[in-house]
Amino acid sequence: MSENGIGQSVRRREDIRFITGAGQYTADISRPGQVYAVFVRSPHAHAKIKRIDIAAAEKAPGVVGIFTGKDLAADKIGGLICGWMIHSKDGSPMKAGAHPALATDKVRYAGDHVAVVIAESLDQARDAAELVSVDYQILPPAVRLADAQKPGQPQLHDEAPNNTVYEWHLGDKAAVEAAFAKATHRTKLELTNNRLVPNAIEPRAAIGEYDRGSGGYTLYTTSQNPHVARLVLSAFIGIAPENRLRVIAPDVGGGFGSKIFIYAEEVVCTWAAKKVGRPVKWVADRSESFLADAHGRDHITTAEAAMDASGKILALRVKTKANLGAYLSTFSSSVPTYLYAPLLSGQYDIPAIYCEVDGVYTNTAPVDAYRGAGRPEATFVVERLVEVAARELGKDPAEFRMHNFIRKFPHQTPVLSNYDAGNYAACMKMAAEAADYAGFSARKAKSAKQGKLRGIGFSAYIEACGIAPSKAVGSLGAGVGLWESAEIRVNATGTVEVLSGSHSHGQGHETTFAQLVSQRLGIPIEQVSIIHGDTDKVQMGMGTYGSRSAAVGMSAIFKALDKVIAKATKIAARCMEVPETNVDFTDGVFSARGSNKTMKFGEVALQAYVAHKFDTAEIEPGLKEAAFYDPTNFTFPSGVHIAEVEIDPDTGRTTIERWTAVDDFGNLINPMIVEGQVHGGVAQGIGQALLEQAVYDASGQLVTASYMDYCMPRASDLSSFDVAMTNTPCPSNPLGVKGCGEAGAIAAPAALINAITSALGHEDIAMPATPQAVWRASRPRREIAAE
Amino acid sequence: MATIAMTVNGKAVRADVEPRTLLAQFIRDQLRLTGTHVGCDTSQCGACVVHLDGKAVKSCTVLALSCEGKRVTTIEGLGEPERLHPMQEAFREHHALQCGYCTPGMIMSAVDLVQRKGSRLDEKTIREELDGNLCRCTGYHNIVRAVAAGAQAMAAQAMRQAS
Repeated sequence: MSENGIGQSVRRREDIRFITGAGQYTADISRPGQVYAVFVRSPHAHAKIKRIDIAAAEKAPGVVGIFTGKDLAADKIGGLICGWMIHSKDGSPMKAGAHPALATDKVRYAGDHVAVVIAESLDQARDAAELVSVDYQILPPAVRLADAQKPGQPQLHDEAPNNTVYEWHLGDKAAVEAAFAKATHRTKLELTNNRLVPNAIEPRAAIGEYDRGSGGYTLYTTSQNPHVARLVLSAFIGIAPENRLRVIAPDVGGGFGSKIFIYAEEVVCTWAAKKVGRPVKWVADRSESFLADAHGRDHITTAEAAMDASGKILALRVKTKANLGAYLSTFSSSVPTYLYAPLLSGQYDIPAIYCEVDGVYTNTAPVDAYRGAGRPEATFVVERLVEVAARELGKDPAEFRMHNFIRKFPHQTPVLSNYDAGNYAACMKMAAEAADYAGFSARKAKSAKQGKLRGIGFSAYIEACGIAPSKAVGSLGAGVGLWESAEIRVNATGTVEVLSGSHSHGQGHETTFAQLVSQRLGIPIEQVSIIHGDTDKVQMGMGTYGSRSAAVGMSAIFKALDKVIAKATKIAARCMEVPETNVDFTDGVFSARGSNKTMKFGEVALQAYVAHKFDTAEIEPGLKEAAFYDPTNFTFPSGVHIAEVEIDPDTGRTTIERWTAVDDFGNLINPMIVEGQVHGGVAQGIGQALLEQAVYDASGQLVTASYMDYCMPRASDLSSFDVAMTNTPCPSNPLGVKGCGEAGAIAAPAALINAITSALGHEDIAMPATPQAVWRASRPRREIAAE
Repeated sequence: MATIAMTVNGKAVRADVEPRTLLAQFIRDQLRLTGTHVGCDTSQCGACVVHLDGKAVKSCTVLALSCEGKRVTTIEGLGEPERLHPMQEAFREHHALQCGYCTPGMIMSAVDLVQRKGSRLDEKTIREELDGNLCRCTGYHNIVRAVAAGAQAMAAQAMRQAS
């Protein structure tokens, strides 16, 4: 067992460059002769473009080009696409309006792209952009999700009457109605899942470059999935064929979903590089990130649960309006549908579930996947319902959950998901013990003596990671397959390069992937390099999102390693002159059973390239293998998070007294990194529950468009977290791993709101539970009612 | 254009800059020291923190011209891969970074914190003092631990150098 092998908290290899300032993010790259792009954005939420006057801007110092949507159209550059087709209940396909990279006739949100100004320096581009004069005919906007579908509301796209993209459903409506009819208790909640801005600290950036010699384009970009970007830019947008388009995603400073999508700026910078004959660089400032990065969440939901006399949940009924913003972003249609409703069974054995979702256009920034993507929304629905149901029935919320947990696996839920493995009761028991749940009432009494309100809240979440298999997601409307690729190049000297279609933007793949390779080949981790993020090096890949890189990306590496070992075994057998079946490979050494002959992995690698000791008609020289891995099922991580809070009713401030997380991610590759993922996810979930909210005013202006106005969690807003794991290995992949990247963000909001409502003694609080909101909610009910 | 001279990471530099050039732009674009990052426009995120005459400043809100004759230390000047500063080492040891984008500013702020408040830092102090540095990846849990450990390691190093 290698000290850097699977299961070890190996310190990260990529850290050296990051802690010394040697990382290479897109904005750090400068190309010879580069010019700078600044986008002219709509100041209005909804308006017709009557005229764009660029005459004055063109004369400004340093300007090398100004382009509008007409220029893109003249070059037959297509619009941005949504890659997941959703069908409505009546079988009709979703009603999507066009999404040009630069608006032509109409702008649909404040921040929408109208023109690009390219100049010798950034300051010159900024100055010239100020001189572009756009004559707008302002239209009334449809801003509020709750109202956008009502008759008489302003219409965003002619294709989508009543701003309705789809009216989708999942589950057995009749079975649910029958269950509700016989229920002895029903719980009903109106829930808002607040709109968030992902806010990776690295703003998005893009550099487009055109090489006259080869006729090829290169795009450096802040992407979680450069190959998908290349495919879309090539096949749908028509910038260049894939063999003439190289996409490089170098070091990327966090994504959280927001860097999955193909954005207008990437299209325009790449295309414009040829137009101006220079590399074109664009770096978002933070206010642009707020305005034009895809946002997350934004649901309004009515959720009901039906219980029988024993406290068994019989059915759930969920009706959700999901805000999709002004245009359909790359995967936006799937987030509130197939990434949401299939998780509504939570960890519970629920015989019948019916969910309806309306996807709605509004004059706001596009909404797409943000850490968890649909699954935090589902967990918030299920875990708020379960908690409130337990309270209404006078049952202990932990026991109520245990009473309803799924106990047998595999388990087919009524909403597509087939859970393969889990031990929910074990997580709950371990978490309750770690959180000293038994001692809570004494702590609550102590807080009460000091005039404080103490509460405890549970969230028993389920997640689905590594969405797959490709055929199944295709049948649900996905435009892509969700496999992953890997290539192992063994050099003659025994060093190894691993080319992966996954992309690391904080996850530590250069360490974890190398741990797997080091262990399986029995070579020091220093001999292994992990390469990703460049379509000229890695042939194809699907990228990193949905906590898929371990379960899918590493499984592809595992499969490629099988092939490497198989071929190396053959070569070793020829070299040692023994039958192949007699050769074992352990800890980096091939040994011939029944003899004292051995060869190290590096020696076999050398022989593979020297090719003197085997018949090359039978075995090809070289040692390089590739694999595409398509999972047979999703993975289903689960866990229990317990939040304990204390509220000061005089200030409304909620203090997190204790955070206990017990997660089941299956086997762990690097526990240190897994714990870090939980910490980060929980922090984002706490941010959602307590602090963060993207707010548009009635005119469609984003009033929270800076860090002065949008409350990001800071160190002093958070506590330390107690994180522990249980392990039921995933049966559907060779590593037994499940995925850990989103769990915290999925679990945390419900845990925190359940804790706050437990402290307050009523359910009437929405996210974010800011001090002002909690202060109002913590006052005696009669005072609130009197207002 | 105006001419400016300052010392950056121990080296004298002299350059022509536009008067509106920010220190962050000067360091990144003209000196090509890209370890100093820019994450916001409002002096909130702290990714751009450098030391100016030994004190932490947000280089996105300092005009380059105002640094005439001053001493600037960036993350590149703090330590090198073979000779890491104790705070850099502590960030790696405690897994206090994920994407790495906020890290240079976070480390520069942490070193400044130790210089101001000493090496015995409790969790509350660290959390409050890091209020000017945003991290979206780590939830700060490991950063807090790294800063506490880094502070101790800085003190130990100072002791070794004194003896």
